Amino acid sequence: MLESNPDNGSNGGGTIEADVVIVGAGPVGLFAVFELGLLDVKAHLIDILDKVGGQCAELYPEKPIYDIPGIPIVTGQQLTDQLMEQIKPFGPTFHLGERVDSLQREGDHFRLVTDQGTAFKAKVVVVAAGGGSFTPKRPPLEGIESFEGKSVFYSVRKMAEFMDKDVLIVGGGDSALDWTLNLQPVAKSVTLLHRRDDFRGAPHSVEKMRQLVADGKMRLIIGQVTQLHGSEGWLEAATVKTKEGEERIGVTAMLPFFGLTMKLGPIADWGLNLNENLIPVDTEKFETSEPGIFAVGDINHYPGKLKLILSGFHEAALMAQKAHQYVYPGKKVLFQYTTSSSNLQKKLGVK
Amino acid sequence: MAKITFIQPDGSSQVVEAQNGVTVMEAAKLHEVPGIEAECGGACACATCHVYVDEAWREKTGTPADVEEDMLDFAFDVREESRLSCQIKVTDALDGLVVRVPAKQF
Repeated sequence: MLESNPDNGSNGGGTIEADVVIVGAGPVGLFAVFELGLLDVKAHLIDILDKVGGQCAELYPEKPIYDIPGIPIVTGQQLTDQLMEQIKPFGPTFHLGERVDSLQREGDHFRLVTDQGTAFKAKVVVVAAGGGSFTPKRPPLEGIESFEGKSVFYSVRKMAEFMDKDVLIVGGGDSALDWTLNLQPVAKSVTLLHRRDDFRGAPHSVEKMRQLVADGKMRLIIGQVTQLHGSEGWLEAATVKTKEGEERIGVTAMLPFFGLTMKLGPIADWGLNLNENLIPVDTEKFETSEPGIFAVGDINHYPGKLKLILSGFHEAALMAQKAHQYVYPGKKVLFQYTTSSSNLQKKLGVK
Repeated sequence: MAKITFIQPDGSSQVVEAQNGVTVMEAAKLHEVPGIEAECGGACACATCHVYVDEAWREKTGTPADVEEDMLDFAFDVREESRLSCQIKVTDALDGLVVRVPAKQF
């Protein structure tokens, strides 16, 4: 989940120079690497998730997809794995668990900076961000915004910050269970709240949690939070609805884990024309209102647009032709087939 | 074929006709019923098509499967009568079905 942010090969301090930065490592972003690669254009990919595959990997890894041309049935994860295999020869660099916060034109290139501070200098930017960035879901509790950052958190950066807190963790998956187990020895007290006495998380985590409850070291409540109490961002209590009725429990921090949702996020601030949270593009090059910035896949819009993976693949192929011109000005592209071109086959490593 | 009534939190209601085989979510989207978002498109991978099934219809619509129960963890104000509407298939037996749309999908 989102709280993990492993070192992902970015060099931290310096700016990474790239031909192309692809924002989003879903199926279309991945296939863009292939089409660019055939034209000798190298790509860096940035994705907020800690894995590649976008919605395919996050929302339906086990679900079948039936409309990929030539593949009668494939799951989201299989398609992701196959695409990774297909683009391997082109050596893309991945920056996972990072969200691109800013994108600016600087002279003849673009500067991108992520929420982790990684900076890129790119000749071309390809926005393949699907439905936007996956962000933790905010429970629709009245006034919750005012507590966020002070007493309500969707991830844990420093465990020590919870040392003197009565922590309420809400949810029944691995994030909720892992943080329950991690914070229980650190925090003043830990209460886990879940709507049912059945957990999606790993069985051994559930076991450990139940043991802590049995030992009186933490509290487990089966129910749902209905109201938050406190002032100036400091949480004092939460009202919890259980089978027995309502209970007000004293808590000074809350960690809700209700999964992820897609939000357009910082893309809205990049100065691109937007149409109902989608980026209008032309259908020749799939370029946005800003020359050198392209948009492919679910995030773009044009007359007749269909949000299909196969449409995104087509868009990526045409985008690559124009992107090549920005990366290699004046150089002509010879149209070739992978079936017959020994040049392309050499790039693919099959010859 | 079934007539389905969607009741909004403000009490207003809308009756839509649904073909057998579609899901209650699809029927709602087809007729632009407010409050049914279905962010994932019916993959049982979000919880934004959450509805409350009217007491009289709970037996006929059945209980959620395990995957649906898991996904209901991501919904808000989940009750005994909570279902994800993408997981209810329309049949003749559901003619007259009444569901309530929650105040918020999230």
